[in-house]
Amino acid sequence: MERVPILKIGQTLFVSIQIDLQDQSVVQLQEDLAEELVASRATGVIIDITAVEIVDSFIGRMLATIGSISRLFDAETVLVGMRPAVAITLVELGLFLEGVRTALNAEQGLRMLNGRS
Amino acid sequence: MADFLRTNQAKVLDRWCEIVSATARGRMSPDDLRSELADLYGLIVGAMSGAGVAESGELRSALVALSRSRARSGFSPSETALAVFSLKDAVFELIADSADMVAEYLTFSRMIDDLGLHTFEAYAATREEIIKQQSEAMLELSTPVVQLWDGIIAVPLVGTLDSARTQLVMEKMLDALLASGSSHAVIDITGVPTVDTEVAQHLLKTVMAARLLGAQCTICGIRPQIAHTIVSLGIEFGDIATKATLADALAHALRSAGLKVVPA
Repeated sequence: MERVPILKIGQTLFVSIQIDLQDQSVVQLQEDLAEELVASRATGVIIDITAVEIVDSFIGRMLATIGSISRLFDAETVLVGMRPAVAITLVELGLFLEGVRTALNAEQGLRMLNGRS
Repeated sequence: MADFLRTNQAKVLDRWCEIVSATARGRMSPDDLRSELADLYGLIVGAMSGAGVAESGELRSALVALSRSRARSGFSPSETALAVFSLKDAVFELIADSADMVAEYLTFSRMIDDLGLHTFEAYAATREEIIKQQSEAMLELSTPVVQLWDGIIAVPLVGTLDSARTQLVMEKMLDALLASGSSHAVIDITGVPTVDTEVAQHLLKTVMAARLLGAQCTICGIRPQIAHTIVSLGIEFGDIATKATLADALAHALRSAGLKVVPA
């Protein structure tokens, strides 16, 4: 199973998903991220899904769960770089990811987090 | 009958052209009409003395061509069918006093009826083709995406929103958001004639998809009657910003982008 690396940049954790997401790797990512949030006391998480072309309901829900987990550690999650096809799929699935903020790209996501602090 | 038609070709053709041109009302020049009918006449006579009308592919395709050109230049179905049926009148006027031709005339009449029906069918097929082309063209035309400002795009919607159009609008809008790096989209529904629960659902989906991409959406151009319908139907737009006019929506988008318009 491939793991998704988590990078720490200042007070922000940067997760760029470059692999085909398996259900197992998403669960692993949640655990890794929770541990990293505790260890680093980061205030923001950016999840970059530019390279993700296919999502299903499980992965969609997991992305929302990551947002809820981060909020428990007082960190805000920004989902960046979603492709139009992915957005349409999620909407058709009825997943609006309400607890998660979104931005067009990583740059705008960072600006969004910095504007908060 | 075929011999009769051949010997009286000039007379029948003249009368036929006369009857048909009365319905053409200047949409075709008399010369064009005459050469078209003369060709058809030749083919009909040829088919009658030859293999028979039902087998003549050449005659059928000439009729298809005729009804196609009529359908495209805006002739009505009955005018098109009349162009063929009126041949019967033209012939009947000539044989009215000779009783021995009546039996042959009946066969001839049945044949022309068959050709007329064929023309009619070709006419309907052509019209359907035109309608299909037009609806495709309309789908393309009616979903423009306009760049209003740096980082603000507008999607003026014109016409009824169904699932197929929503899909197209959604795709075009999301692509435009991504391509222009815009973080605001304004959906203008001034041109949407009615908003029912289904249309509202489609609008909500579009807004949600834009949000997932990281863009804010404003809906504007809700006309008074539509506002009334929306409220009576109990449709909730939730926390989606709605504005009365495109100008208000632009002002709102500029404000939330941290921009301000000041007099020069």
